[in-house]
Amino acid sequence: MNKHDQIIKVGIADLNIAKAPDKIRTSGLGSCVGVIIYDEKMKLGGLAHIMLPDSQQAKLTNKNNYKYADTAIQILVKKMLRHGARQFALQAKLAGGAQMFKFANGNDMMRIGPRNIAAVKKILAQYRIPIIAADVGGSSGRTIEFDPATNRLKIRTVNKGETFI
Amino acid sequence: MDMFLTSIQKDVLREIGNIGAGNAATSLSQLLQKKIDMEVPSIRIVALNELIEQIGGPEQIIAATVFRVEGDAPGTVYFIMSITEAENLVHELLHDNISIFDSETMKQNEMATSVLKEIGNILTGAYLSALSDFTRLDMRPSIPYLGIDMAGAVIVDGLLELSEVVDYALIIDTKISSNDPTNGINGQFFYIPDADSFNKLFSSLGINGHE
Repeated sequence: MNKHDQIIKVGIADLNIAKAPDKIRTSGLGSCVGVIIYDEKMKLGGLAHIMLPDSQQAKLTNKNNYKYADTAIQILVKKMLRHGARQFALQAKLAGGAQMFKFANGNDMMRIGPRNIAAVKKILAQYRIPIIAADVGGSSGRTIEFDPATNRLKIRTVNKGETFI
Repeated sequence: MDMFLTSIQKDVLREIGNIGAGNAATSLSQLLQKKIDMEVPSIRIVALNELIEQIGGPEQIIAATVFRVEGDAPGTVYFIMSITEAENLVHELLHDNISIFDSETMKQNEMATSVLKEIGNILTGAYLSALSDFTRLDMRPSIPYLGIDMAGAVIVDGLLELSEVVDYALIIDTKISSNDPTNGINGQFFYIPDADSFNKLFSSLGINGHE
């Protein structure tokens, strides 16, 4: 095929998968967590841009299931398996979960970033998907791009430039 | 939230944006001793991803002052500038060409950020007090939170940390600007009332219900 290598973009509260040579990216992660689930041999990677930890706590009746850690990971894993990934071979990388604002009232209930990270880790453990690398926390926004050909995750921040995990 | 607004409701929300931003523009004009123009506000119901696209995409670096509005009609207010415009504003006020990001350490300059926070405070205070007078609702801004980073991260976090997030937001979008060709200063106000606040806004203005 003469198709150019594409970069598949994932929005906020969205998910998708990419097969090499395509790459997959999401921009502007703050307290949101970007979860990469990939099958190394199949050169297949999925990305979910997760906003909130738990769909059970949402009051909305009309929920966007891509928004929550529990539902988004479930959908992403299913999608990966449908496209040829093998459950036992799945691995994960994480980025995000920062705290963009330093709120004066130290209400821990409100710290979404750490809660997102904890929720994602818990759900991945339930699926027995090992976390190979993670760049989480801090106070900077991140843009991430995963290359299923190399399984490297590129992370860009405003003040630290680009790093790979 | 009802996703459709009547034309009267839209007009009223536009007027709310007008009054608020008009007051803020006056404050900025007094601070800078300059003529400040404002655009007619636009009222839109947008998905979060669209909102961020309108600011220039999730990776665009912005300087945003975020306030939580407490009181009768809770919501979130943003005052958003591009990083260049924010720097222009700092230069104009301090008569000193400091950068927001130190070129070596990439740390934020404390003087610059505290100026931006204070400007955001003054402008949003003006915006909200006009709104509160007009609607006769109690509206109190929280202390200002300044975020200088990627638009996606800053906008989403302002909403997430401060309020119950919804998939769609009604935004009252108003731009103010000094039409100086070299050191233009443009700022954009977004007022995003919480879903429950619409009825309060409308009923305080006597236009509750639908056509």
